[in-house]
Parts: sequence; structure tokens; C-alpha cells
Amino acid sequence: MTERELVISKIREGTVIDHINAGKALLVLKILGIDEKTRETVSLAMNVPSRKMGKKDIVKVEGLFISEEKLNKIALIAPSATINLVREYRIEKKFKVKPPEVVRGILKCPNRMCISNAREPVESIFYISLRGDEVVAKCHYCGRKISDLAKFII
Amino acid sequence: MRHLISIEDLNKDDIIRILNKSEEFEDVALGKRRSRILEGKILANLFFEPSTRTRMSFETAMKKLGGEVINVSAQEASSIAKGETLADTIKVVSNYCDAIVIRHPLEGAARFASEHSRVPVINAGDGAGQHPTQTLLDLYTIKKEIGRIDGLKIALVGDLKYSRTIHSLIKALTLFETKIYLVSPPILELPKEFLEELGGDIEKAELDQIVGDVDVIYVTRIQKERFLDEEEYRKVTGSYKITLETVKKMKESAIILHPLPRVDEIAVEVDYTKQAKYFKQAFYGVPVRMAILTEVML
Repeated sequence: MTERELVISKIREGTVIDHINAGKALLVLKILGIDEKTRETVSLAMNVPSRKMGKKDIVKVEGLFISEEKLNKIALIAPSATINLVREYRIEKKFKVKPPEVVRGILKCPNRMCISNAREPVESIFYISLRGDEVVAKCHYCGRKISDLAKFII
Repeated sequence: MRHLISIEDLNKDDIIRILNKSEEFEDVALGKRRSRILEGKILANLFFEPSTRTRMSFETAMKKLGGEVINVSAQEASSIAKGETLADTIKVVSNYCDAIVIRHPLEGAARFASEHSRVPVINAGDGAGQHPTQTLLDLYTIKKEIGRIDGLKIALVGDLKYSRTIHSLIKALTLFETKIYLVSPPILELPKEFLEELGGDIEKAELDQIVGDVDVIYVTRIQKERFLDEEEYRKVTGSYKITLETVKKMKESAIILHPLPRVDEIAVEVDYTKQAKYFKQAFYGVPVRMAILTEVML
């Protein structure tokens, strides 16, 4: 058994999110909308030793194939995350998350004078770009640019 | 349907088209020619913040083109705002008119309004955000008074950090072949992040070094509330003030602009020099807004 398998067991079918930046697994669940109402078996490991990353987090969701569109939102906070879609214990598809161009309702604009924070029927919209390795988001309404996006997850 | 929310919504061709159209309307603005091109159209001025110049120049522009204006004052607008959301206000008001001009204290309010409106929305200032019609009239003034924008050396003086006028103007100027000098006290410098995003030929300078070389000096107000120490404020405003001495060092053909209202960043004596074009700039607001109104409504 490898070190990883000792931490959480293999899943038969579902989605494995690996190489999440250490400490960000709970936010990953939040982005994916996984909460107390979720019926699937969800296992989570934090601060798992990793050769590549030093430490990393892992999330496994049994019996659920999360859409690529939804998974790519993870790149906002964990740009190096990799996804394994598993069927009958075999990896059917493997890919690295890619930040979406636009995200809605996920990030909160830190500008208190931005209309997106007013008592209005408004959903936050951010345009995503890369500045080197860093993921940067620009508010559709006030133009404020933010990085270190984990701080701004709604 | 076209909205005008941010200067960034326009490319160089759009800007040139609006400036050319503005020139066509100058006779109408001066009362030398009549036009009824917007007859039957209604403009709603929705000002959630007080404004004299911008609101009046839109109203004048609309009326001189034969259109009608309905005004919602800052006071009325704020009482509406208490009762309902901006989204609802816009949905209702856009049933009564052919275009909406909006000024609002929150950044992004005009963009948000445009998403709920049946008619074109023109941003007349959203908090510290955008004020694109001011930028267009600034560009028009430069073009009219000097004859071109490309090839000019332009000094932006004063509060480069917080001034929305400056931020929009720099973005527009970088679409042209201009050399931009940034002249400001260290605490009011253009934000580094903003500067990094810009292309174009831009450098920091002291007014003394460049005053004899530039074609345009664009002055903005330095607000007292930006300073913790009143003494520091006095020192800074003193060193960025445009006086007759400054004008003497300028080129004959150079011009001084200011978005107004000014406090004391330009000495009153300067008003009588031929370089002073800031009141003319205020007049140009009318033909430029005529061009914008026809652009969005016709």
C-alpha cells in the first residue's frame, strides 16, 4: 500500500481531487457545493505528505462525477489540483484544473462601494486571468482586481 | 442597443467617430444652427448624487436637439432608493424614456443599471469608478484646441491616485500616440497596479522639468481629506499650483485643462491667458454630449 492509500482508501466510482494546496480542501468542498446535505460519501485528507508539493490535500467523492465546468472553479484557489474520474477502481479520465474565464456567485468583491455588495438582486461576476502562476480576478462591476482568491470565496 | 458605461467599452475608432460627430453639433450648441434630430425622444436624468455641470450639460444637449428631459433630483432619487432597489427603479424608469443618464455613489452602478434597462444607459459617474463622457469631452477639447491628439505631450498634474477623471483619461490617451507625464506628490501617485496594466509612453516627471515641452497640462484638484496633516496639504498644493509663472514657461501653443470645479490649483490670473482652456472645455461638454445622445438613441 502506498502512503496515500493509507490515508484514504481507493474509491470504486466517483471523483478524486488530488494535489490541492495544503489547507484548502474545505474551501474546495465549498466551491463544489458539497455540504451537510450531500448524500454521497466524501472523504477528505489534509496535509498529506507529497513529493511534489511538500504537503497537499485530497478530496474523494464516491458515486458522483462532478462536471468539468464545476471542477475548474477549484483552480481559483488550488491551481495545481488534478482530477481523476474513477470507474470500477480505474482512472477513466485525468486532467489538471483550468481556471474558468468567468465566475459567478463564487467570489465576493472586497470593495465596499461596489454595487455587487449593495442590497440589490445582483450576483458577483469576476473575470479570471493568470499573472504568471497567480490567478487574478477582476470584478465585472467596479473593476477591482483581486488575487489570493481563497480569501474572497463567498 | 448601445450603452456608454466605461471608456474601455470604446475603441479608438469609436472615440474618433464621437469626436467627429461632436464637431458637427458645435454649431447647434452655439445656437448658430437648429436641430430637431432627437424630437419625440425623452431623456431621463437619474442623479443619485448632486451634480450641476454634468446634469445641466446633458439637459442642454438634449433640449437643443429637440428632445425632452425628465429629471429625478438627488433628493427624489434617494427617497426612491430607500423604498426600492436600483434594479427596480431602472426597470420602471426605462419604460418612460428613450435613454437614461445615471450618476450614482456606488461603483459599477451604471453597468448594473444597464443590465436592467430597456433603453440605453449613459454613465455620468459612478462613485470613484468611471465618468466616460468627461473623458470624451477632454479628448474633444484637446483635438479642437490643438488640432490633433496623436503626437502630443500631455502632463497630468495633481491627484493621480483617486481621480476617476484621470484614470479614464489615461486609458483613452494610451489609445493614441501620446507621451504622458505623471506629475503628482508621492502620496497621490498613480497606483502601481494601474500603471502596470497600461501600454503607451508614460513617465513620472516634475512639472518644472517638462513645463516648457508639453502641449497639454491637465490639472486636477488635490483633495484636502487625502492628507492627515494640514501643513503637508498646504505644502503639496502650493508646489502643484499653476500660476502666471508656470504659464510663462509654457509653449505659446500649449493649453491648460481642468475638469472643474477648481479650488486653488490654478490661480485666477491664469484664466485670462490664452493657454487657459478649462471654461471652453466645460462648453465642449454640450456638443460632446449631443454626439453621445444621438449615438445611443438613433
